[in-house]
Amino acid sequence: MEMKRIVPALGLGLLLMSPATALGQDGAEAAAQIDTGTTAWMLVSTTLVLLMVPGLAMFYGGLVRTKNVLGTMMHSFAAMAIIGVIWAICGYAMCFGGSVGGWIGWDWDFVLLRGLDSGPGAYFGDDIVIPHLVFAMFQGKFAIITPALIAGAFAERVRFRGYCVFIALWSLLIYNPLCHWIWGGGFLTGEAIDFAGGTVIHISAGMAGLVCALYLGARRGYPKTAMHPNNLVMTMMGAGLLWVGWFGFNAGSSVSSGLQTAQALTVTQIAAATGALTWIIIEALHLKKATSLGLMSGILAGLVAITPAAGDVPPSGAIVLGVVGSLFCYGAVVLKGKLGYDDTLDVFGIHGIAGIVGAIGLTFLLRDGAGAEFATQLWYQVKGVGVSIIYAGVVTLILVVLVDKTVGLRLNDKDQMAGMDHALHGEHGFGLLNLN
Amino acid sequence: MKLVIAIIQPDKLEEVHHALVDEEILRITVSRCTGHGQAEDPDLYRGQEVKPSLLAKVRIEIAVNDDYVERAVSAIINGAKHNGGEIGDGKIFILPLEDCVRIRTGEHGGSAI
Repeated sequence: MEMKRIVPALGLGLLLMSPATALGQDGAEAAAQIDTGTTAWMLVSTTLVLLMVPGLAMFYGGLVRTKNVLGTMMHSFAAMAIIGVIWAICGYAMCFGGSVGGWIGWDWDFVLLRGLDSGPGAYFGDDIVIPHLVFAMFQGKFAIITPALIAGAFAERVRFRGYCVFIALWSLLIYNPLCHWIWGGGFLTGEAIDFAGGTVIHISAGMAGLVCALYLGARRGYPKTAMHPNNLVMTMMGAGLLWVGWFGFNAGSSVSSGLQTAQALTVTQIAAATGALTWIIIEALHLKKATSLGLMSGILAGLVAITPAAGDVPPSGAIVLGVVGSLFCYGAVVLKGKLGYDDTLDVFGIHGIAGIVGAIGLTFLLRDGAGAEFATQLWYQVKGVGVSIIYAGVVTLILVVLVDKTVGLRLNDKDQMAGMDHALHGEHGFGLLNLN
Repeated sequence: MKLVIAIIQPDKLEEVHHALVDEEILRITVSRCTGHGQAEDPDLYRGQEVKPSLLAKVRIEIAVNDDYVERAVSAIINGAKHNGGEIGDGKIFILPLEDCVRIRTGEHGGSAI
């Protein structure tokens, strides 16, 4: 700990003597203080989190039927386009602008990222300074992937236009407020521990997915018709990219390049591996076979469960969260089959459930000194989870009804039979392959 | 014995399959093929409308005893029609079938179907 304090102080001292400060211009001092190590890692993290979105497209794209592969991958890519624009216009201002009563952020200087581009606002951080744009772009990637996750719940049965309107409204009315409440200075900031987005991202997306799946109803023919994945090879590659990208997601969320970054990276690796191992052991005991999709599901369960906890639990805690995350998710997926609703790609079963397991479970596993006193922290965690479930659930229901009644969200039976690729996009994903 | 060969649109496979199952015709062979009749079905690639010279079709082959022919044909017709009948819905060919052998037992004729 001594070393950790001395090194930045020494660095700062050297920087203060550098020629840049002598100019005495606005921003020049801050520019001289930019922590290049942290900036470099945050640039890499931003890229890694973006890589998760094509990873998700491949993961989801491989799991649907041949005729829907493009339509499904388009959901992830369209989120990059739509949220990518909204985030720059007003998303960042709504999440990280000054708090308006703890409910929503707003700062006119953040609109179109004007104040971040140059001038004193171009620098972010008190102790560790990085370009503000890097932080804004890093956070923007989280805003992109969250609505893209929901798409798995209503895969193979939504209109593209309705989906675009839905995720735009969802991002504005659900993601941005939640992000502000928990990370941006809102009323839950500093209470619930949510290191990299268990509550803000996975629980909200999981809950939204569940509500959409229940409201829109099952795919035509589900569960009577067998619906096989068109390409599990692509799904495995996608899951691999998600695992790799998750290092940016979790370790980048430290917004530093030091011990906490290493801690987050380590527990991410351990939880993903533990989750994967647990899932295939359960399958081997339950089904007598370890499946590739099972291993992929275990990776995701472990990664999601560690996400809220990544900065605050030791490696042993990561193993516990990986095991418990996979156990609960496996149970949820089996239960879904029994209840008969069509959360097509298990957005609630994996992201929702593992997110809840991680957010609540971390309280029992915190490293010494992290968080508040046990009972208080447990209450904060339950409150954060509860707020996310209720807010995301209720507002998603309003949005999905609104969009379905106006623009139209559920795809009609005829187009479902023809497949989204041809009916909605006028294309075919694959050439002459066998039917499935 | 007859061999019924139906060429239908890919999006109607599910319905035709269900209609055949409802008629207790469970032994079918399905393959993807391409062909061209009167129908056109353009795709869009970078704004360019592409009219494929050959379209994707599905070929269903069913070997049936004579008393099942009409049931098979009407099931296929019911399942394969778009909006009560459109250009491109497909065709059905009915061929005489000389013999049929079950590989496992070596038995011949109608009981092998």
